[in-house]
Amino acid sequence: MLWYAGKRFLQMIPVFFGATFLIYFMVFAVPGDPIAALYGDHPPAPGVIEAVRAEYNLDKPFIVQYLLYIGGLFQGDLGTTFSGRPVIDVMAQAFPITARLALLALAIEAFFGIIVGLVAGLRKGKLFDASALVISLLLISVPTFVVGFVLQYVFGIQLGWARTTVSGAAPWGELILPAIVLASVSFAYIVRLTRASVADNLGADFVRTATAKGLSRRRVVTVHVLRNSLVPVVTYLGVDIGSLMVGAIVTEGIFNINGVGGTVYRAIRLGEGPTVVSFVAVMVIIFVLANLLVDLLYAALDPRIRYAK
Amino acid sequence: MGISAIALLSASALALAGCSASEAPAESDTAAIITTNGSEPQQSLIPTNTTETGGGKIVTSIFAGLVSYTADGDVVNEVAQSIESEDGQVWNVTLNDGWTFTNGEAVTSDSFVKAWQYGALLSNAQSSSYFFDNIEGFSYDEESELTGLDVVSDTEFTVTLINPEADFPLRLGYSAFMPLPESAWEDLDAFGENPVGNGPYMVAEDGWQHDVQIDLVTNPDYDGVRKAVNGGVSIIFYTSQDAAYADALGGNLDILDAVPDSAFATYESDFPGRSVNQPAAIFQAFNMPYYLEHWSGEEGKLRRAAISMSIDRAEITDVIFQGTRTPATDFTSPVIAGHSDNLAGAEVLDFNPDEAVKLWAEADAIAPYGDTVFDLAYNADGGHQAWVDAVANSISNTLDIEAVGKAYPTFADALNDRDANALTGGTRAGWQADYPSLYNFLGPLYVDGAGSNKEGYSSPEFEKILAEGASASSVEEATAKYQEAQEVLLVDLPSIPLWYSNVTGVYSDTVDNVVFGWDSVPLYNEVTKG
Amino acid sequence: MPSNNTGRHRPGQEHFIASLAETPVAEIDQVDETGKARSTWTDAWEAMRRRPMFWVSASLIFVIVIVAVFPGLFASADPRECYLKFSNGDPQAGHPLGFNRQGCDVYSRIIFGTQASVTIGLLTTVIVTLFGGVIGALAGFYGGFLDSFVSRVGDVFFAIPTVLGAIVLFSVISVRDALTVSLVLSLFAWPQIARIMRGAVLSARNSDYVTASAALGVSRFKTLVRHVIPNSIAPVIVVATVSLGIFIVAEATLGFLGIGLPPTVMSWGNEINQAQVTVRTHPQTLLLPSAALSITVLAFLMFGDVVRDALDPEARARR
Repeated sequence: MLWYAGKRFLQMIPVFFGATFLIYFMVFAVPGDPIAALYGDHPPAPGVIEAVRAEYNLDKPFIVQYLLYIGGLFQGDLGTTFSGRPVIDVMAQAFPITARLALLALAIEAFFGIIVGLVAGLRKGKLFDASALVISLLLISVPTFVVGFVLQYVFGIQLGWARTTVSGAAPWGELILPAIVLASVSFAYIVRLTRASVADNLGADFVRTATAKGLSRRRVVTVHVLRNSLVPVVTYLGVDIGSLMVGAIVTEGIFNINGVGGTVYRAIRLGEGPTVVSFVAVMVIIFVLANLLVDLLYAALDPRIRYAK
Repeated sequence: MGISAIALLSASALALAGCSASEAPAESDTAAIITTNGSEPQQSLIPTNTTETGGGKIVTSIFAGLVSYTADGDVVNEVAQSIESEDGQVWNVTLNDGWTFTNGEAVTSDSFVKAWQYGALLSNAQSSSYFFDNIEGFSYDEESELTGLDVVSDTEFTVTLINPEADFPLRLGYSAFMPLPESAWEDLDAFGENPVGNGPYMVAEDGWQHDVQIDLVTNPDYDGVRKAVNGGVSIIFYTSQDAAYADALGGNLDILDAVPDSAFATYESDFPGRSVNQPAAIFQAFNMPYYLEHWSGEEGKLRRAAISMSIDRAEITDVIFQGTRTPATDFTSPVIAGHSDNLAGAEVLDFNPDEAVKLWAEADAIAPYGDTVFDLAYNADGGHQAWVDAVANSISNTLDIEAVGKAYPTFADALNDRDANALTGGTRAGWQADYPSLYNFLGPLYVDGAGSNKEGYSSPEFEKILAEGASASSVEEATAKYQEAQEVLLVDLPSIPLWYSNVTGVYSDTVDNVVFGWDSVPLYNEVTKG
Repeated sequence: MPSNNTGRHRPGQEHFIASLAETPVAEIDQVDETGKARSTWTDAWEAMRRRPMFWVSASLIFVIVIVAVFPGLFASADPRECYLKFSNGDPQAGHPLGFNRQGCDVYSRIIFGTQASVTIGLLTTVIVTLFGGVIGALAGFYGGFLDSFVSRVGDVFFAIPTVLGAIVLFSVISVRDALTVSLVLSLFAWPQIARIMRGAVLSARNSDYVTASAALGVSRFKTLVRHVIPNSIAPVIVVATVSLGIFIVAEATLGFLGIGLPPTVMSWGNEINQAQVTVRTHPQTLLLPSAALSITVLAFLMFGDVVRDALDPEARARR
């Protein structure tokens, strides 16, 4: 097991360089001159654009830009944004907030998704199952913007139960409402996945065996059915971390959260190579770790899964 | 017609709002902090490098220049006692005594001259450098000192211009012309993070939390025309106007100066009697490049006029923008002195389907347009799709051609095709004035070779009249010339004017006396709270 | 899924797979011992045909496809004729669902938008499911270097922001149609299905029937195709059917950002996006295309359910 985890850590090295190279190249390949665009409809003198371009090494060939970035990286310098802020400061500000938001969303979608999916799976074809289906469909087909707007309006403005937007420090409490919005789409996936697995496993031999052994239905359901149904759900949650962190652009916008999604999106639009690459590199590492965690969870959930090598 | 009525209405609404505010002298709290919306400055706060609204709002609050602007865009002296010239070429500036920066340094001639020299120098790459291009010694191509700046004494200096300019003082309230203290030159980067100014407000200690907000507090030593009646302003940075609007609705924001389009239909009822909707110094149009087939020469002129007359500006501003835009009648803005709604030839901006079809047919007689698709480029990240679609529909309904919007993912991408003369159709074009002058709407946009003249317009006639206006001996004479120059533009239509953006703002019931300036920024210093 | 181990697909092998005590005798009795060996897939079809839900969802999908192919048969108003004077107007004769913000007929825009939306939703789902499914199955089943390589490549692709990828790709690919948009969406969505498939295969590959297969000398690859995949596909079908709707919405988001279908192509997502601004005052212009999307997703969810049940021998037996 330890060897397995160690191997996975080592895999991060090629993944890191591969990903940063690829992303840096993609930002480089985005059409348009990012510096000229900084000034909007009021272009400065031509010499100004050239000078600023040189300041950010944008006048150099791609491979030089990339090597300069990697070189800086080893000295703990991730470059600066076009406003002159060190990228590392921006990351130190955005990642903790996003981590809190994503964890909350993950907890909310996992908790409610699994419970609703479990009940729906146990009562397949009944009213509860149908209602869960309707809610899932609604969340799939109504855009996040609207879900966020409605919740913000009802809970933030009408009822006053939550702050309308999140303050700069973004404490846990203020992030609950945004986390619910963020979790809404994934909720549909979790419900459907849990429901399907539970329905399948209800008829499985081990359940019949367990029932035959005289175990209570509650114990059969929670220990045997649920545990064996969680493998696909856990896989999905592991994959979902990414969408929750980088994909939260709309939710972050609605609630004015300074998170990873919005920062990366703005940096892509502005063409800020170092910002995009640094953020995405961290995201890749998070993915590798999340997937490692998921793989370890498999072994815990399903004893038949073993990692021999 | 309806256009002037709308302008009148909003003007009187403004007057009413002003009245009721002054009639209600609630006990206001001079220590109260006003909260308002803004965006993270794109650069550190060095005045000559601040050209966007996020940073501009802060710079004008913490610095005081030679002059400042009233809500109507009139110029009043601030640090200057007088700015005088006999020929419009050599200007004598005299400063008032007693002005200090918040670190105690006196504001002297050097404070201005050194800051301007820095801003103009090529190697400093300041975004506002072109504002100094009419001062003697300026160069776009080489390192060159502004020889036209001459310090006479601590309170007197002269500015010698390359070409005479009657309304030179008009631009001196712009952020590029602010003074800087000596301490700035020790470490300008550090200064930009923690600027020391001489304006009505100053940055609170550790007041700038990047990407979150900046806290400004009243400068107790300020004694100019913009003296604050409140304790300070906290500018909260938003990445989405919808979030800012929600905060205003939720009572977390005192003043919002940009209502999002999702609230256009409801902001007046959401904030009864506490909303503002008045024209701003923002001109919006689209340009047809001269390098495209069908769009040059006589054919191009006919087609531009036909397109212009096939757009129902009144209906689009009314339906899509819910009255938060004002249909254009010239190439400037109603908040600028000298704006006109009865220029000769302005009827080309009226919706006139019959005439449009006629002119289009005349152009087709020169060279048939055929099945060419008329497209209109815009950057998708700027919220332009709705009006572009509406304009395209209006054109296609009137002229029976296929007209569509063409979305570019980013502003940089769209700009790239404009700069490379690679457009396949029209392009969105907008201009927000830097300072309240007609010239600022004309020179940078339509003079051959000017920075924002990207679609290749060139008219010796227009440039001659414009130059006459710039060197006119009086402001009245200059205005007449600038209007005449616009009449040339109305014939050529290098830009097809659409509308003026309005400033749409709302404010909570905890604040009073909220007046929006010509530059769409509320006059924070006059706001009372409590 | 674990323990789907009655192995009815190869009659006569039950003894190797599960002890009699765990296998209800009744099930064995049902086994057609005389017939030729039938594949899981034939069994599935037999099972599906007998379920009303199959016919309901199949007819719904059929109708949707017909609308997508021949929109003109279902709508008379020109969806491109838009007059601002009708902006957000109420329904009237010939315009049963009223007008959107630009004054276009909502009903015919939904009908004409079906083609692009359903094509992209289906095409992307199919590409992602096939590609991601195969990759995930191989990675999970064979493990080792293949698994590490595929999983880490997936991590990289998953970390690339779709917006960035789409901007870059569409600056190279000049054609923007349903096919290219589907390909771009697929490029960034396949790792999800691959991970789900891999997880399910990991569970299934250690099941008794796989061991039994191996003991019987069935080749590894045949075991994967015949036994492991059919027993692992349930969660993939669930995710795929939900994703179908998500892709339809994602297309619109790309279009909205100027990197998807051009605005001239009508789609549900485009309608939904453009209606967001007026959601407070005219929610119907948003909810109506959303409803079309919901019905489509519902049809495929039901269809997926039926297929899933049919592929699962136990569920089939329970019915």
